[in-house]
Amino acid sequence: MNRQLFAYITHQNGVANDSAFELAAAAKKISADTSVTAIVTGKGEGLTKVCEQASSAFAKVWKIEDDAFAYPNAELIRALILKILPEKSVILLAHDTFGMDLGPGLSIKLNASFISDVVNIEGTDGDALKTVRQEYSGQVSTHISCDIADGAVINIRPGAFKPEEASIGGKIEDKSSEAAGIAAKRKYVKTIEAEVGDVDITKSEVLVSIGRGIEDEDNIEIAQELADAIGADVSCSRPIVDAKWLEKSRQVGTSGQTVKPKVYIALGISGSFQHLGGIKGSPFMVAVNKNANAPIFQVADIGITDDLLDFVPVLTEKIEKL
Amino acid sequence: MEILVCVKRAPDTLENEITVNKDGTNIEQEDLVYSVNEWDNYAVEEAIQIRDKVGGSVTVVTVGDEDAEEVLRREMAMGADNGILISDKAFENSDGKGIASILKAEIEKGKYDLILTGAQADDGAGQIGGMLAAMLDLPYASLVNKIDSEDGKLTIGREIEGGAQEINEIELPCVLSIQTGINEPRYVGIRGIRKVASIEIPVRTASDLGLDTNAVGDAGAKVKKLDYFIPETGDGAEMLTGSQEEIADKLIELLKAKGGMK
Repeated sequence: MNRQLFAYITHQNGVANDSAFELAAAAKKISADTSVTAIVTGKGEGLTKVCEQASSAFAKVWKIEDDAFAYPNAELIRALILKILPEKSVILLAHDTFGMDLGPGLSIKLNASFISDVVNIEGTDGDALKTVRQEYSGQVSTHISCDIADGAVINIRPGAFKPEEASIGGKIEDKSSEAAGIAAKRKYVKTIEAEVGDVDITKSEVLVSIGRGIEDEDNIEIAQELADAIGADVSCSRPIVDAKWLEKSRQVGTSGQTVKPKVYIALGISGSFQHLGGIKGSPFMVAVNKNANAPIFQVADIGITDDLLDFVPVLTEKIEKL
Repeated sequence: MEILVCVKRAPDTLENEITVNKDGTNIEQEDLVYSVNEWDNYAVEEAIQIRDKVGGSVTVVTVGDEDAEEVLRREMAMGADNGILISDKAFENSDGKGIASILKAEIEKGKYDLILTGAQADDGAGQIGGMLAAMLDLPYASLVNKIDSEDGKLTIGREIEGGAQEINEIELPCVLSIQTGINEPRYVGIRGIRKVASIEIPVRTASDLGLDTNAVGDAGAKVKKLDYFIPETGDGAEMLTGSQEEIADKLIELLKAKGGMK
């Protein structure tokens, strides 16, 4: 079978994202004996460094340097990939905010199949690729069969595949001339960094974190009282910020803050991968959730199946009496 | 501005615990409460706010069965001007590309300046907006959490990693997928829904849209869901049991031991 495999590598400040090496691992699960080509775009010294890093895990690295790619605008990158990708190729992207922007439209333009947010690859049977996805924030999983005969764009969930130590020493090929004439109707202007709030949860050693299970803005007090009793700060998951009950600076997750506390108490948080992606350093994790199937119980150390609104006041009262 | 918002009916995860049915062919449907997909609700609110500022109209469209009509009515009660239900047996089991091509056929019958979708759904893949844009050859941006409109173009914010926001300029017409938190969707009461109960909602079929039924639905799907299952949990958490008092006592000891109490 002559299927060509590619991976688009994202990077920051001259360092390839972890997802780059995870894509290499995922590609192996599609075809262990096919060499994979990394596509790296950017500008300047950082790009050169990233290409060298990528060459440890990929047999070939296509380096494309151009002013237009100083910031990765998915609309420009799509036009570039369309130009350089051989017909019927399979290309892997990380399912981050860039890959979500690029993947679906790219698949249409390539006339290829698209699978998003893949957490496992079970292998191929002819042109049928069998993968695993999750639905409902990980409460259920599904097997997906995808026809890749005409190529595919496969978005891989960050953190789902374990990268291998590798020193392939892949060949770096400069394809910068391909960047000529690439244009898009969307223009990157600037990035506004996250605001720092009144409490810097990235420095907190103990976090009492609330999710949808808090149900009402007035109930935040219940979490605050527990936090006060144990000397913790209050953080939250995304729905609490969407509801404007707490500041964005209190949000834990890939689209919020990355925290590294010693102890993390998750109250009424289901445990989506986006939320868990913001918790580093393996804290001791306690989860309280009334849904016994909540995915948070898969990763927590201690689980309590109860309504936080009933349980937490009991806990706080006991602690206050100590 | 003429705005189209693509919405869908989806299980309400606030109201349901999602589990797999007996034979693993679907999620358990019994007692399942459906509503409009949460992300789509933010998209409709955003569309209404833009219309109220610059004029024009908001149309909501969905691909689904007859039950999907309630979702359109709900969004019309919020303030959308028109609803369109696209419904045909031939559309069942469409993959993302199938749904996007059905929507494309409808969109090409009208003239829209701005097309919005929700960024994703709990049972979806976050793919329709990007696919539609590519099919229509329109510029696209995903995960949009801010829209400012000024003559002929938009300045938009995209939610990116680490709580940061990526600002872009994008030409009209365009397709945007909307992230939750961009606004505060207005509340819709029973009275609001009653008010729009008698408005005629046109239904479009495959033949109305001139669609080849081999290219959509099960026949056209290259991406197919084989089954549902409950993921392996690994070791999982140690579950504390007993009365609330007993559990609280156990937890206090654990928190003391792990440095969770000052």
